Amino acid sequence: MKEEKQNKNPHDRHPMLEQLSQLWRNKTAVIGLFIITIFFLTAIFAPALSPHNPLETSLYDQLKPPAWYEGGSTKNILGTDDLGRDTLSRIIYGARVSLIVSMVSVGLAFVCGTLLGSIAGYYKGARDSIIMRIMDMILAFPYLLLAIVVVAYLGPSLQNAMVAIGITYIPRFARIVRGSVLEECEKDYVMAARSIGARHLRIIFLAILPNCMGPLIVQTTLSMASAILDAAALSFLGLGAQPPTPEWGAMIARSRGLILRASWVMTFPGIAILLAVLGFNLLGDGLRDALDPRLRD
Amino acid sequence: MLAYIIRRILILIPTLLGVSIIVFLMLHLTPGDPAELLLGERATEEALEELRVHLGLKEPLHVQYGMFLKRLMKGDLGETIWTRQKVWIEVKQRFPATIELAVVALCISCFFGMIFGIISATKQYSIFDYVSMVGALAGVSMPIFWLGLVFMIIFSLNLGWLPLSGRLSTGVDLEVITNFYILDAILTRNWPAFRDAVWHIIMPAVTLSTIPMAIVARMTRSAMLEVLRQDYIKTAKAKGLSRFKVIFKHALRNALIPVVTTIGLQFGVALGGAILTETIFAWPGVGKWMYDAVMQRDYMVIQGGTLFIAALFVVINLCVDVLYAIINPRISVQ
Repeated sequence: MKEEKQNKNPHDRHPMLEQLSQLWRNKTAVIGLFIITIFFLTAIFAPALSPHNPLETSLYDQLKPPAWYEGGSTKNILGTDDLGRDTLSRIIYGARVSLIVSMVSVGLAFVCGTLLGSIAGYYKGARDSIIMRIMDMILAFPYLLLAIVVVAYLGPSLQNAMVAIGITYIPRFARIVRGSVLEECEKDYVMAARSIGARHLRIIFLAILPNCMGPLIVQTTLSMASAILDAAALSFLGLGAQPPTPEWGAMIARSRGLILRASWVMTFPGIAILLAVLGFNLLGDGLRDALDPRLRD
Repeated sequence: MLAYIIRRILILIPTLLGVSIIVFLMLHLTPGDPAELLLGERATEEALEELRVHLGLKEPLHVQYGMFLKRLMKGDLGETIWTRQKVWIEVKQRFPATIELAVVALCISCFFGMIFGIISATKQYSIFDYVSMVGALAGVSMPIFWLGLVFMIIFSLNLGWLPLSGRLSTGVDLEVITNFYILDAILTRNWPAFRDAVWHIIMPAVTLSTIPMAIVARMTRSAMLEVLRQDYIKTAKAKGLSRFKVIFKHALRNALIPVVTTIGLQFGVALGGAILTETIFAWPGVGKWMYDAVMQRDYMVIQGGTLFIAALFVVINLCVDVLYAIINPRISVQ
């Protein structure tokens, strides 16, 4: 009722504004956006925010507990690892690594998936069958297994982990885009664009794809969440970020041998992963409700 | 129904061929000599030459793929670099451990996931609903390798309730029949071993079940909410059926349809996650074996293990599709 008063004729508003205001009303989405914003700001301003150099080792400060533990000090608020590196600084810089990895891998999947999906959906026929069968082949592997195997062949490194995650995510984008393009192709505006002689690429990129953005944005957000998890898992297995890169998964892997003596070393990177992934999942859920009610589970 | 099942089985063939093509190409698209990759850097020139002839590495790619398929049909997945064992024999030894872990994890996730989902749906917007859905969201976002370590610290190191790793304590005798330890213990009526095996599987299985449980809970809740709004539920309530009957007999049966598909997909998640869980808990399954192989760059094992897990995943997806058709007869008509 309140909204009706504020806006007497909601039909006058641009649909995007309507969706944005719907998103704003969705509490979970706002919380998610808040968490993600904090992570992005942390990543951008890492040098200014981190109290120490994340790579600097200190022989005298090895395995210092967090400030609130006995023996802890405010010099290293979240304690230090076995080489005396400051955990808080490494987590702050880790946000950079995780966000870059997830953005690059999801970006790769987004571009390839959208291209393949729109070709399949627009041209149909043999091209559609071939592309979608290849996507089915990739989907026949459990995600993480495929990523691990791809990195195993390419060699362990952060770049290869990004490529591996990107490849495994292509089918999700291709399938969504293909479905949306197939649906949009039947609509009158596409017919109109064809009848005025617009070229195929123009129809696909300027007419059809902008109308498929809703589900794509949702999928991108949710994929960012799983990309952070998968990248951390690969680094945990020693297949992603290599030492001394401050990466959350690699930090947990390194602290495995220390769980008896210093359990705090692994606690905080885990919480950082959980929060970052949770942020993207919350936003993704909210976006889905706002942008694409059909996808709601 | 039978026609549908046959059709689905026929689709299995191209999918499995696709899996084999990807696995085959991975080795050949990797920079370097495949023979050297497979045998390791320390292999002698004679051994390399022998393998090149055996795999037909000097033939064109399609001929090589044909030879690869022929070997697959015979169950020849090659030999491991380190133990010189047949890869297939090692897979056979290890897969029961992985399946046991995945099945127990999925049972846990289905049971608790569905219970949480049903209660949340029937008590929508209650405190329980909010708490369990926030919990489910946290579960989906959980790095399970971290959670496993946290469980280890709490339940093994601090409380001492559960064993830290492995499948069975040293000193516990168990006559191995199927290699599924829990099943073997039941078959041989060896109750101390049964208790020990269950004790060992709890922590890895609960860790592995986290993400599937959260997904099943969310799916069950939304499917139940959808069904509970239907008219036939109103009718069932109006004719005076008990709440229990309405929920479990009328609503749940229809709500189960999308949930079953989700559970099937979760098997893949569990198989992928098994690599992480098995590594953390030193669980001697295919996952840990593959991790060790990745670390030692034993590509024969990586190839064999990948093929096995992917084929298993494809077959499980087929079973889920068939099960789906049985629960929802409209599918097979389409």
